[in-house]
Amino acid sequence: MLRDITIGQYYQTDSVIHRLDPRVKLAGTLLFIVSLFFFQNIGGYLAAALFLALVIRLSKVPFRYIVRGMRAILFVLLITVTFNLFLTPGRTLVELFGGHVRITYEGLKMAFFIALRLAFLIVGSSIMTLTTTPNHLTDGLERALRPLKVFKAPVHEVAMMMSIALRFIPLLLEETDKIMKAQMARGADFESGNLIQRAKAMVPILVPLFICAFRRAADLAMAMEARCYRGGEGRTKMKPLVYGRADYLAYFLLAVYTVGSIFIGRL
Amino acid sequence: MSILVDHVTYLYETGTPLEHKALDEVCLEIKDGQFVGIIGHTGSGKSTLMQHLNGLLKAHSGHIYLDGEDIDAPGYPKKKLRSQVGLVFQYPEHQLFEVDVFTDVCFGPKNLGLPKEEVEERVRKALLQVGIPEEYWKQSPFEISGGQKRRVAIAGVLAMQPGVLILDEPTAGLDPKGRREILDQIKKLQTQTGMTVLLVSHSMEDVAEYVDRIVVMNRGKILLDGAPKEVFCHVEELEGVGLAAPQMTYVMRALRKRGFDVDEDAITVEEAAAGILRALS
Ligand SMILES: Nc1ncnc2c1ncn2[C@@H]1O[C@H](COP(=O)(O)OP(=O)(O)OP(=O)(O)O)[C@@H](O)[C@H]1O
Ligand SMILES: [Mg+2]
Repeated sequence: MLRDITIGQYYQTDSVIHRLDPRVKLAGTLLFIVSLFFFQNIGGYLAAALFLALVIRLSKVPFRYIVRGMRAILFVLLITVTFNLFLTPGRTLVELFGGHVRITYEGLKMAFFIALRLAFLIVGSSIMTLTTTPNHLTDGLERALRPLKVFKAPVHEVAMMMSIALRFIPLLLEETDKIMKAQMARGADFESGNLIQRAKAMVPILVPLFICAFRRAADLAMAMEARCYRGGEGRTKMKPLVYGRADYLAYFLLAVYTVGSIFIGRL
Repeated sequence: MSILVDHVTYLYETGTPLEHKALDEVCLEIKDGQFVGIIGHTGSGKSTLMQHLNGLLKAHSGHIYLDGEDIDAPGYPKKKLRSQVGLVFQYPEHQLFEVDVFTDVCFGPKNLGLPKEEVEERVRKALLQVGIPEEYWKQSPFEISGGQKRRVAIAGVLAMQPGVLILDEPTAGLDPKGRREILDQIKKLQTQTGMTVLLVSHSMEDVAEYVDRIVVMNRGKILLDGAPKEVFCHVEELEGVGLAAPQMTYVMRALRKRGFDVDEDAITVEEAAAGILRALS
């Protein structure tokens, strides 16, 4: 159940996409997301879908696996779609409940595009995390953000924090699963009752979960310190990031996609 | 209460490339009032099997019968099942959450919908059974020692007065003295109340002394099943799956090899000592 959530997780396999430089993947994700916001017609989305399909194919991550992870955000998607569907002014398409609620032509179009955009956005960014180890991601982010150091931004620390946060997602989910089971074994009931009762039923999960999160964080900090971690200052890399041929090719393809899809999307 | 596990198979992460079988056609019968030790190497499926017994996990195939009734049958009351098969998880102290020890132990019986007096009566009894004296009852469960936390968590399940008590590695991370105390208390409880007890462990020493029967699991299957002495005869098989017989068994074997006429099936230090004295006299 809870373990189905795969947001931010790494999928272990060997593929062209896995081997790409993390900076390429970061730039790619960013460009892909930006491109989504330029589209005004279905053509752009088709181009994006094609591009996404190609990347997923190359990454060797099973499509089913990605979709399973999407289930967790289905709820958010539904809410957004509903709001757009009912609350967009424009030409009326159908009237419900004696005209109190109406669906407009514009609303329908908007809801459809928003749903597509959100879904693409999430699939696009999960491809990045699915194919990049947290370590690599940190490295890439740190390098990509290095220019900000001029403004005294704590680039290394931010990158490190991000990758630790990603690493904590599965840990906390696993822990939640365990605690829920343990409380269910003590007769706890999370499925029945009204809203207030259900909210109250969460206390026996949340308290141990918070304690566990703090304990884990403290342990991790201790372990890092024990191995002489002291921030980014003067720290060198065992494997510095270097671009290879595939990376340049990927950059080129990305540029083609971005320009091409935006052109089609705004025709 | 008696338990019958009939050809139970369970897979984790079905439908993903990470799918794997944690239980493979497991069959097991546990009679009323037995004290059974479940042993196996890390990842052999012990915890998975235990979670089936109170309905937290549902078998992909096979059935589990509690006193002859199928627990997965539609309409079988889940709440009653949870109260009759008490499961204490690995590191149960991580589930404590209330403001004080007493209230935390109340959680289980309160969920059963019992009247307040009955709840408090049961909680008092359970806390005393696990050896938590009254002066600790009003303390925060986060301020007592690790061993005490473990006992409080066990009391939390005992207070539901289950007919079957399952303990998943109740002694993990405790010192030898704490281990003994907890196991002694469980044994006492079992003899007094006639409860069926399943004790999961990967330490032979722990289990050997206390249980009537040992079930050895390996890769989701049951490898050996029998009285401790019978099971420990299969030293090679145990070692093959990353386990070991109790140290005394090895001592006695070595002595026998050197020509002493001792019994090989001694498990505890006392038995071994008696055996050696007999051989010398
Ligand atoms: N929630 C889960 N999701 C996926 N796989 C799991 C999960 N829980 C256990 N497994 C896997 O199932 C197998 C059996 O695990 P189980 O926890 O039952 O072993 P165990 O015998 O209790 O081990 P231990 O002695 O370490 O507690 C292992 O291979 C484990 O990796
Ligand atoms: Mg276990």
